[in-house]
Amino acid sequence: MSVSTEDHLGRPLVAVTGVGLVTPLGFGVSGSWAGLLAGRSGIRRITRFPTDHLKTTIAGGVDLPEDAEPGGPLPASVRVERFAALAAEEALAASGANVDGRFPGPLFLGMPPVEVAWPLRMDAARRAARNNADPMRYPAMIEALGERQDAFEASCFAGVGEHLAARFGTRGAPISLSTACATGASAIQLGVEAIQRREARAALCIGAEGTVEAESLIRFSLLSALSTRNEEPARASRPFDKTRDGFVMAEGAAALVLESLEEARARGAEVLGLVLGCGERADSFHRTRSNPSGDAIIGAMRSAIADAGLEPRDIGYVNAHGTGTPENDKMETLGMRAVFGDRPPPISSNKSMIGHTLSAAGAIEAIFSLLAMRDGVLPPTINHETPDPAIDLDVVPNQAREQRVERVLSNSFGFGGQNVCLVLGAAPRG
Amino acid sequence: MATEPVWITGIGLVSCLGEGANANLGALDRTRPPVVDEEGFAPFPVHPMPPLALDRQIPKRGDQRQMEPWQRLGTYAAGLAIDHAGARGLAADMHLVVAAGGGERDTALDEAIVSELAALPPERAGPLLNERLAGGLRPTLFLAQLSNLMAGNISIVHGVTGSSRTFMGEEQAGADSVRIAAARLAEGRGGIALVGGAYVAGRWDMLLIHALGGLLHRGAWAPMAEREGRGGGMVTGSVGAFLVLETRSHATARGARGLAEIASVATGAARRTGGDTARASAAGLAGNLRSLLRPGYAVVSGASGAAGPTAEEAGFLADLREAGPAQGPVLRTAEAIGHSFEAAFPANLALAALALGRPEAPPQALVTGFGCWRGEALALVEPLREGGGG
Repeated sequence: MSVSTEDHLGRPLVAVTGVGLVTPLGFGVSGSWAGLLAGRSGIRRITRFPTDHLKTTIAGGVDLPEDAEPGGPLPASVRVERFAALAAEEALAASGANVDGRFPGPLFLGMPPVEVAWPLRMDAARRAARNNADPMRYPAMIEALGERQDAFEASCFAGVGEHLAARFGTRGAPISLSTACATGASAIQLGVEAIQRREARAALCIGAEGTVEAESLIRFSLLSALSTRNEEPARASRPFDKTRDGFVMAEGAAALVLESLEEARARGAEVLGLVLGCGERADSFHRTRSNPSGDAIIGAMRSAIADAGLEPRDIGYVNAHGTGTPENDKMETLGMRAVFGDRPPPISSNKSMIGHTLSAAGAIEAIFSLLAMRDGVLPPTINHETPDPAIDLDVVPNQAREQRVERVLSNSFGFGGQNVCLVLGAAPRG
Repeated sequence: MATEPVWITGIGLVSCLGEGANANLGALDRTRPPVVDEEGFAPFPVHPMPPLALDRQIPKRGDQRQMEPWQRLGTYAAGLAIDHAGARGLAADMHLVVAAGGGERDTALDEAIVSELAALPPERAGPLLNERLAGGLRPTLFLAQLSNLMAGNISIVHGVTGSSRTFMGEEQAGADSVRIAAARLAEGRGGIALVGGAYVAGRWDMLLIHALGGLLHRGAWAPMAEREGRGGGMVTGSVGAFLVLETRSHATARGARGLAEIASVATGAARRTGGDTARASAAGLAGNLRSLLRPGYAVVSGASGAAGPTAEEAGFLADLREAGPAQGPVLRTAEAIGHSFEAAFPANLALAALALGRPEAPPQALVTGFGCWRGEALALVEPLREGGGG
């Protein structure tokens, strides 16, 4: 029997027909997912660059072969592009959506802001010194560098998206975006909306992150956001645990091929699952903290569930934002209680194993949510050793759990008050 | 699918010409000599930011201190737009799309670090870089640098909380932020939105990037036509540009005055190699709106001064002229306020709306966007009919 291809509001249902992953647990979906279900940590000591004078010396970094070559680690914008491309290749191969090597829809790319990398700035200063110019000033550095198209493209914000759009033949102008830690979820939301308003039949949605660098670690340390449990990398990311002391920065990428369910069916594509609803709410309270009322978080969760045409009781599992900062996990608990009342569904944090992949997190975690439904197993929250009495939730502690679920809520809450929640559904039967 | 007309009901515009509608109409008339700073960032002339009465839009000093000029300019212009729309009371349900670049680096710290470290071997420079950054970076500067924190500050200062998205990608981000915000309103996802961006021209960290691309004009300010003869080049300008967009029904229900209607907005991105030109891309975007053009339509041009795309835009406009109807004046606003990347397209939409509200206004205005590296965009802005019925 055929299932409807429209949702409760008459919009096209949105199917996921291909996914790709790069995470600290591995390159590819199967390795990452197997590592996650095994409760393995991808957090390690940083070896890519010197960590002297850093408060945090661990991360969920994803190293590339070129990182070890002369010239040092690849700069952030190149890493972001590389991870995004690897994830997109895997997703496109799985979906078979390409037509004549071109993707039949737009690209939505969630990525971190990029800028001129330190090696280029150093290079500029060395050249300026050779010109006998005063090397301490930007004007001399600018003159010394001259025109460098590759460096321009690596430093402007349109660069990564343009390169990916050219490579995968996506349609129209690529949209690159940032909503801090909710970025990956926002990229999916934009793709869903484009399909729902019948502007596109398909969308390539990517969240990518590659900014594990000294300067970004220092910046987050200045906000006291990072775990400093440097001696025990695998035990450092401990969402919902009483001894949690901050998040662990990580890298990676996720790509999802979205199509209208109708389109996916018509071409006989395998459907991994559905994106049923999206909800968002901004917070006006503080730059790095949520309003203690939890209103924006609660509003985002509720509006995602309502957008999917569901009730809270229909949600079988919540893929947490769960960063492991004292603040986030407390606020997320408050949100869970407000939305789900006395019987909240199980909630677990992938970040306990892969760390916080920032701009990629919302997209990576959406994929893990879909895989949980496909395989009937909930990934664990590892490092759950000292329960926090203030967090009375079933966090699927330490071991994956076999449990069939049909609807998952995936939370993403960002610095700057940008909150996005997605409701994902199992592949329709029949 | 529901497609509601989308109106511009508020404009917040700040440029070297000043703030507000009257000051910025000068961008259309070119009655005054350009406001240019040729010394401060020599050899690159820039159109500077005017003095801002920050307390009027960002009343808390604590909020002002958490930002650098770029976020302040955007937050300020956003507040002007909300006031202009008379929409203070609607901020909680307002949807926000910001087109953002990067916030200010501490360039003095950068310079101190490179002058100390550049000559050292990597094994010594690496650890020292960490030490200097750890000791020199200020926590507030990180937040001031984050692209999405312009939106965050607009939420905090003005209470805009309907939703919040930040697009990145220079000119294209400015055009797509308007396109997406308008599309969401038209299909019934909310009744009111705030959209725009800001750019601060007097910044060495940004000039470095555009100089790498070989995109900047050097030396004394010159009109675009004169620059074109010497290989082209942009003069960048400090601009904050935000628009309040509303569905017609939302605006009329609250008795709000509409300034103009966004009849169409489309974006594209040619690879700009071979036959995949910006000119052809724009022609494709023009397909649907060509039949809507009426004789004498004005063009509010997004030509940046960068050689290639400026010539492509001129070619596109010539094609359009040839196909008819008769083209009215072509207004290259970057000659008056400078090129402002993310802010350029929203600013030109604002100027188009203002142009349509004047006596002897053109029948409609076509707004173009030709990114200095990538991105093409077109919008058609229509006056509202008598009685505000649209």
